[in-house]
Amino acid sequence: LAAQLSLSLAECPGTGSAQAGRAAACQGCPNQGLCAAGAAGPDPAEVAELRARLRAVRHTVLVLSGKGGVGKSTFSALLAHGLAADETKQVALLDIDICGPSIPKMMGLEGEQVHQSGSGWSPVYVEENLGVMSVGFLLSSPDDAVIWRGPKKNGLIKQFLRDVDWGEVDYLIVDTPPGTSDEHLSIVQYLSATHIDGAVIVTTPQEVSLQDVRKEINFCRKVKLPIIGVVENMSGFVCPKCKNESQIFPPTTGGAEKMCQNLSVSLLGKVPLDPQIGKSCDRGQSFLAEAPESPATLSYRNIIQRIQEYCEQHHLQEEKIM
Amino acid sequence: ALTERTNLAGVRHILLVLSGKGGVGKSTLSTELALALRSAGKRVGILDVDLCGPSIPRMLRVQDSAVHQCDSGWVPVFVGQDKAIALMSIGFLLERPDDAVVWRGPKKNALIKQFVTDVAWGDLDFLIVDTPPGTSDEHISTVEALRPHQLLGAVLVTTPQ
Repeated sequence: LAAQLSLSLAECPGTGSAQAGRAAACQGCPNQGLCAAGAAGPDPAEVAELRARLRAVRHTVLVLSGKGGVGKSTFSALLAHGLAADETKQVALLDIDICGPSIPKMMGLEGEQVHQSGSGWSPVYVEENLGVMSVGFLLSSPDDAVIWRGPKKNGLIKQFLRDVDWGEVDYLIVDTPPGTSDEHLSIVQYLSATHIDGAVIVTTPQEVSLQDVRKEINFCRKVKLPIIGVVENMSGFVCPKCKNESQIFPPTTGGAEKMCQNLSVSLLGKVPLDPQIGKSCDRGQSFLAEAPESPATLSYRNIIQRIQEYCEQHHLQEEKIM
Repeated sequence: ALTERTNLAGVRHILLVLSGKGGVGKSTLSTELALALRSAGKRVGILDVDLCGPSIPRMLRVQDSAVHQCDSGWVPVFVGQDKAIALMSIGFLLERPDDAVVWRGPKKNALIKQFVTDVAWGDLDFLIVDTPPGTSDEHISTVEALRPHQLLGAVLVTTPQ
């Protein structure tokens, strides 16, 4: 006997979509009646509002995984720092992990609050050219749990895009929670008002991570989100004393390299484990600045450069088309 | 009137494995806990409610198994050396292992309720529930669905940083 629910790439079209309640995937969903009776599609006024707000954003990069704890937030923070090292560039870091927002701590901004101005919410600035937004700044205490179901999370994500006065931004980096659910669907839907250069997908070498990351790659393909490439974190450890290399998370099925080959996506780079990375994150400092000589820093910098090149090329191609 | 015996009526203790943070070892601990309890002669089941990233089937080498139905509902997959640990995971319902389950909250909630009420667990000493990271739909729905039953408590997993 087959299972009752058909699950092959079936996805919720979104409660605001024209297909809401009517798509094949809606069969059996307890919300089906509500959705089918609801609005015919996304509010055009809403889409127009988001488009206007995000018009001054040149490049948008999503940092995804599928798997938790692989280093998405760490990577997002370092990508932001790396790009903001060029003082002529304006960088924005948006943390849409509503249940587990790590970015405030990693950027040394714990305890900061969001201020409102006439033009909307002000991001919290780490540097003059690096602004950050996270639900972490909206909590009265850092240990407050945000126990929200999907729709409420989606509402806040929309507010982050609509109500934050980002100003002119060269790079908008969006850090996401693990999974392929509300937050991911919503950010892709809302950002369709502007354009997304692509996604950077983070993994670690072991199969238990890769198994979730393959799903994330399929998610990207399904929603037509270009994949800039994959970053393999925690890729080996070199002992600072004896210089011996160990595979703390052995790539039993070939690691990210094999997966990228199989799925025809780019491997942007491999970053070795360095205990200083975790320490810098805990202290809210940039690892790139604290450990400039670490092999991990070199890897990160190479990866950041490749991402920059991808975005610039993309931009040039678009300009040619226009 | 006849009252139907629920599928959880034979389960003595239910244990949630939680974290908040991803990648700290919840699924690993859930698996090892189940195997250790089984070694100690207990009847054990695992319910994997991580719908987006189900790790338990691979950890117990049953990623290619399928789920069947019986009169009382879905039959769990039996794993472990003596095939005596009962396991239910969305992993068994995917047509292909790399299929992404891209569902919003309401659909996830519906499946979790089904996993709690429609799996024929039989008589178990311990049902271990492995969860995804976060404090959202899966967690709220799982606790709500399990509350009428004998919810023992939660084990929280973390790493040092």
